[in-house]
Amino acid sequence: MLLKYILKRILVMIPTLLITSALIFNVINLPEGDYFETLSAEMQAQGEKADLSRIEFLKKEYGFDRPVTERYFWWVAGLLQGDMGYSFEYQRPVREIVGDRLMLTMIVSFVTIIFTWIVAFPIGIYSATHQYSWGDYGLTFIGLIGLAVPHFLLALVFMYMANVWFGTSIGGLVDPQYLNQPMSWAKAASVLEHLWIPVIIIGAGGTAGMIRSVRANLLDELQKQYYVTARAKGLPPGKALRKYPLRMSLNFFVSDIGDILPSIVSGAEIVAIVLSLQTTGPLLIRALQSQDMYLAGSFLMFLSFLTVIGVLISDIALAILDPRIRLQGAATK
Amino acid sequence: MDILRIIDLHLGFTIHGLARDVVKGVSLRVPAGKTVALVGESGSGKSVISQAIMGLLPRAGAITGGEILFRDPLAPDNPIDIASLPAEGKEIRSLRGGRIGMIFQEPMSSLSPVHTIGNQIEEALQLHRPTPKPEARALIETMLKRVGFKDPARAFGLYSFELSGGLRQRAMLAMALICKPALLIADEPTTALDVTIQAQVLDLMRDLQAEMGMAILLITHDLGVVANMADEVVVIYHGEIMESGPVEDIFRRPRHPYLKALLKASPHFDMEEGERLVALREARPRPPAAPRSVETLQHAVEAAPLLSVRGLRKAYTTGSRSFFGKGTQHTVLAVDDVGFDIRRGECLGLVGESGCGKTTVSKIIMRAVTPDAGTIRFDDGQAQIDVLGLEGEDLRAFRPRVQMIFQDPVSSLSPRMTVMSILREPLAIHDKGHGSEQTARVKALMEDVGLDVRFLNRYPHSFSGGQRQRIGIARALALDPDLIICDEPVSALDVSVQAQILNLLKDLQAERGLTFLFISHNLAVVNYMADRIAVMANGRIVEIAPRRALFSRPMHPYTRALLKSVPFADLDRKLDFKLAAPGGASDASHWAPAFRRDPDGEALTHLALGEGHYVLARPGADIREMA
Repeated sequence: MLLKYILKRILVMIPTLLITSALIFNVINLPEGDYFETLSAEMQAQGEKADLSRIEFLKKEYGFDRPVTERYFWWVAGLLQGDMGYSFEYQRPVREIVGDRLMLTMIVSFVTIIFTWIVAFPIGIYSATHQYSWGDYGLTFIGLIGLAVPHFLLALVFMYMANVWFGTSIGGLVDPQYLNQPMSWAKAASVLEHLWIPVIIIGAGGTAGMIRSVRANLLDELQKQYYVTARAKGLPPGKALRKYPLRMSLNFFVSDIGDILPSIVSGAEIVAIVLSLQTTGPLLIRALQSQDMYLAGSFLMFLSFLTVIGVLISDIALAILDPRIRLQGAATK
Repeated sequence: MDILRIIDLHLGFTIHGLARDVVKGVSLRVPAGKTVALVGESGSGKSVISQAIMGLLPRAGAITGGEILFRDPLAPDNPIDIASLPAEGKEIRSLRGGRIGMIFQEPMSSLSPVHTIGNQIEEALQLHRPTPKPEARALIETMLKRVGFKDPARAFGLYSFELSGGLRQRAMLAMALICKPALLIADEPTTALDVTIQAQVLDLMRDLQAEMGMAILLITHDLGVVANMADEVVVIYHGEIMESGPVEDIFRRPRHPYLKALLKASPHFDMEEGERLVALREARPRPPAAPRSVETLQHAVEAAPLLSVRGLRKAYTTGSRSFFGKGTQHTVLAVDDVGFDIRRGECLGLVGESGCGKTTVSKIIMRAVTPDAGTIRFDDGQAQIDVLGLEGEDLRAFRPRVQMIFQDPVSSLSPRMTVMSILREPLAIHDKGHGSEQTARVKALMEDVGLDVRFLNRYPHSFSGGQRQRIGIARALALDPDLIICDEPVSALDVSVQAQILNLLKDLQAERGLTFLFISHNLAVVNYMADRIAVMANGRIVEIAPRRALFSRPMHPYTRALLKSVPFADLDRKLDFKLAAPGGASDASHWAPAFRRDPDGEALTHLALGEGHYVLARPGADIREMA
């Protein structure tokens, strides 16, 4: 039963997430000291007198006098109840700080994926069916440039050009007057107006990579005997292409969904800083620098959760798409 | 009336800017309702001709001259010149699949694995004869029934990977014939199938031809199939027709030396003792390989078998845990109580259909698969080694004693290694000698298998299939093994190359005193190579006997069916197609009761018939009577 299959997949997710959480917690804990030591060091460096008793109090309050494992379990227990912990630096619950930014991150990521697919598929198909033509070479060349240019450089170039040619200030995802305003139609429109530039920048590398893989996959499939069979039946080339090789090469992309999410999110981080987007990227990097334990940890956990969900979605989609997986996949050991 | 008439056809390929003619002025005809066989080796241009008829030439290929006239019996007055039609135009598409059907060698890859059989057949039907859904479904089910599906309604919704090879080819036939074409092009339709299945599919093709009155252009390299199927034969070599005419003339009075040579190069059952195959092109002469050290040779005289296998058993669990529903766990006995001896210096043939467990046996001997039960004893000259009990360093020390030659010369050689590194790798792994010694050894190996030492720096892709197989043989010889397992070593090769490789193996065996376990589904090849033959079916050895005894007095019904299904390249010994059992020869329910397991009685046992001839039957059964 499909339900059973999904259930099994979800059960597999649990140990995955547990291991990830332990890893994240450990890695953030690895550098010497903790947030409070960094804080007092910073304060002393600035010549201020650190309020040691206050820091001691905070340490106790957050359980930093207890062993690491204990803190870890408190954190996990909190996560399970939807409590993402408390940010030391912002002195606010993590959820409040991250909430709005998460929304924007997800919008940017989602639109980027859609953008990547819309652009990459037609170009990849064209490249594959017109292999070694001038069109193929040209598109390949452009794609390789997209692959090779670092995101942040592209971001700077775009920022400059958008300002010069369109007069849009593209720093940020919304016009300044909507910052901290509740969501409205005007704000949504403003987001859309600003969205395309980060989407293109973040998507550039992914699109180029995707074009290459669509082309390679489709070229493989076009060699296959069943495509010849389809044409030997008298199918017009376009129809034969859509029904057989394209369908087969879809497998690859569906199974890739799980990988796309984190790579886009991490690529977006740096772009977000350059463009000063109000997504989660800058926040995360800052939190990691100052060892703001719960902010960084909970946020990373959220990303891993997204990834695992992505893998789940792709697994289910694959099972629906490909009868070999549906009917055989579990059988062969 | 000729359905198809090809006049002075020229086909050219452009590769890396170089134009090359692959078909040079071919003319042939296919009369209505008749079967014409187009015979040739790979690379002779026979498949390209079929692609040209379908208008499906690869992008690099083009028709550079000549005509392909197709005269549709429905419109006999205006023949169509296919060569002049635009490649993706409407006219050619309406012919393809509509008036000309085609089936291919690999029924697995020819069918899409993600669409149901029914879906793919219906597509062909709707393209050329739009039919309302329910009627289409009825038509397709009738067709599926006609080509041999027992439950057509169920078959409609099956996927190709759920079918056996024979059924897949039947599904392909149903798809090619659903629009009742005037011409069927069959490109090596049975080459990938087992002999008994091949006989059934060929039989089906003949029946359908009689019913529907279509013409068949049969492309094949197998002269046995030609003798049994064709009315007319066209022999093609390097893009030129060598000889053509009615099958009687071609087989009884071959004129052209090429055809004569082709007939001589294929192993057959009537070969004299010690008769050698005559390769089409004689291989590069090679000096005889140095015999192995005296010590081992002396040992060969002793009678103890080199390898002794007893009670081997291996079960695979193929739990078809279906997606919707709980599913069932099947346990398939791939190898069931298999035992045999291989004596030093002999060649034991292991014959059976695909899936009978013969490859699993070879993997168990190689210690690549661990059996559930059984023992393997290997006599290394000093002591009896318990092969299955070896661990760690002992296992490592044993590995060089048994080596393997694989079926596919392409995928068994790494494309990223030069021949030098391929041949040197086993020496390096087992620390045999130092740099210069290894190089010398590799050079000697190249000489042994008849390859030029100058090729050592090349990569496998620059070699032909036969040469690659020689490299594979050299690699197996590198560690000076006692036993070489040959797993279908020539079934991927052309007849002429096959003869070369078989002769090479025979010579090496004689010169170096090698012992072979020779696995094949081709009885004629095994007959040429083996001293004794074991026949496997459903994971068991059903009969084992010296070569002569097996061929002259086969006892087991499975062995008999196998022998009867082999098509001879001889018009006087045509196949009796109707003998083949519907479920394939390995379907035990068609065997005589003496060979089936009595549900209440004792287990089957190997009855001795004398002279080392054993057959698997009920204990106490009077086999002599059955014979």
